[in-house]
Amino acid sequence: MTLPRFSPDSDPGPDFLGLLQRLDRSPSWNGVQVDANQITHGTTVVAIQTLDGVVMSGDRRATSGHLISHRTIEKVFPADQHSGVAIAGAAGPAMEMVRLFQLQIEHYEKVEGRPLSLDGKANQLSQMLRSNLPAALQGLGVVPIFAGFDEKLQKGRLFEFDITGGRYEEKDFATSGSGSLHASTVLKLRHNGKLSTDEAIDLSIEALFHAADEDSATGGPDPIRGIYPVVAVINSSGFTRIEDSELATRTNRLVEKVTGERS
Amino acid sequence: MNMPMYVSPEQVMKDRADYARKGITRGRAAIVSVFSDGVLLCAENPSNTLRKIGEIYDRIGFIGVGKYNEFDQLRVAGVRHADLKGYSFSREDVDARWLANQYAQTLGQYFTHEMKPLEVEIAIAEIGEESGSDQIFHLLYDGTVMDTETFVVIGGETETVKTRLEESWKSNQPLTVVLNQAVNALAGPDRTLKADDLEVAVLGRGNGRRAFHRIENETLDGHLSEN
Repeated sequence: MTLPRFSPDSDPGPDFLGLLQRLDRSPSWNGVQVDANQITHGTTVVAIQTLDGVVMSGDRRATSGHLISHRTIEKVFPADQHSGVAIAGAAGPAMEMVRLFQLQIEHYEKVEGRPLSLDGKANQLSQMLRSNLPAALQGLGVVPIFAGFDEKLQKGRLFEFDITGGRYEEKDFATSGSGSLHASTVLKLRHNGKLSTDEAIDLSIEALFHAADEDSATGGPDPIRGIYPVVAVINSSGFTRIEDSELATRTNRLVEKVTGERS
Repeated sequence: MNMPMYVSPEQVMKDRADYARKGITRGRAAIVSVFSDGVLLCAENPSNTLRKIGEIYDRIGFIGVGKYNEFDQLRVAGVRHADLKGYSFSREDVDARWLANQYAQTLGQYFTHEMKPLEVEIAIAEIGEESGSDQIFHLLYDGTVMDTETFVVIGGETETVKTRLEESWKSNQPLTVVLNQAVNALAGPDRTLKADDLEVAVLGRGNGRRAFHRIENETLDGHLSEN
C-alpha cells in the first residue's frame, strides 16, 4: 500500500466509496444467491421525533431463519456526532454498509474541511442502498433508518428508506424491520407530535416491547441476562447512548404499568 | 551527432534543492509543539479557507507550508491512505510513523524522478495515550524524515523562529503557555499576531476518539489575551 495518487481527471475527491472503486476494493455481494434462512437478519428498529431532536432504538435479537443467532446484536449506530443510523435486514451487508457510511461521512469532512449537510448524508445512504439493489434482490436486503439533528434547521429529522434507495422523510416516527408494523401501531397511537426526550425513550421501549410480543424475530427485554434495547438520544449536544441501568429501570416501570393495568 | 550537455549529479540535486527551498522559504513559518495534554499545531495564515493544518486520522494531524496545492494534495493523500488502512485493518493500526514513511517515499520520488520537486515542507503529529508519548515527524522536500518529541518549526525563517522558541520552551507546559510562546516566536519582536492572522489546532488527549480540534475566534482570543 503506497500513498494513493490520482491524475486530476480520475481524482475521487471527498468520496470514499469512489476511492474504493478506483482501487478495486468495493465490497460486493453481487452474483451470489443466498438462502434467507441461512444468513443472519436484524429486525426491529424505531426512531422518534422529539421536541429537541430524535430518539433511536432497536431490539437486540438477530435471527437465521427460525433460530435466534445472536441475543446482543446492536442495530443502532452513531453515523457522526449529530446523526445515527439503525439497520434491519441482512446483518452482514447492513453492518458493512454502516461502517462505510460512517467512514464516508468522516472522510468527506476531513477532505473538505467541513461536514456534510444532513440531507447530504441521507442522500449518501440512498446511493449506497441503490448500489446494493442487485444483492437485495438475491436475498441480502438492507433497510435502514437515518435520523439526526439538523444544525441548520435546529430540529430532529427522520428518514425511512427502501431497498431501491428510495428516501422518505417522516415527521413523527420511522420504523423498519420485521416487527415494525406492531411497533409503528404503538407509536402512531401514542405520538402526539410534542414528545419530550424522556417520554420518547419510554415510548420507544414500549413500542419494541409490543413488537417483541407479536413478532418472533424481535427480542424483548431480557432481565435474566441483563439485555435491553439499544436506545440513543440525538440532539444539539450530540449522540448519546442511554445506559443499560437506566433502561432496566424504565423497562421495570413499563412492566409494572402493564401489570397494573391488567390487575 | 548532438551530445547532451554533461551536468554532474551533485549539480542536479543542488539545483533541485535550491529550487524547492526557494519556494518554501517565501512562505510564513509554522510550529508544531507538544504540550502537557497533547500536540499544538500553529501556523501564521491570514486565510480563513485555504488551510495549512488538517485532520488526518483519530490521533494524527497534518501541517504543511510551501505551495498550497502541493501540500494540500499530500494532506488529502494522507487522509485517503489512513482511512483505507483503518478500513482494511482496524482504527488502532493506523499510526504516524507508517504515514511519515509513505510521505517520505512520495517526496523522495518527486525529488529525484519528476520534472520538479514538491515545494513543500510538512510535519505530522500523533498523540499517544499519555503525556511524553507524543510524536512529531518532520519531512523535507527531498523525503528526509526527522522525528522529535518536543517541537519543530517549518517553513520560512525557521532558524530565527526556532531560536526564539527555544528561549522559552519547556516540556509539560499547559496549552495557553505553549500557544503564546509559539505565537510570539512566529511574530518576532517587532510584530504582534492576532487571532485573524493565525490558524491553530490541537490534538487533545481529552477530545475523545477524534482528537483533532480547531481553536478559533473567541476561544483563540481567550488564549492569546492571557499572554
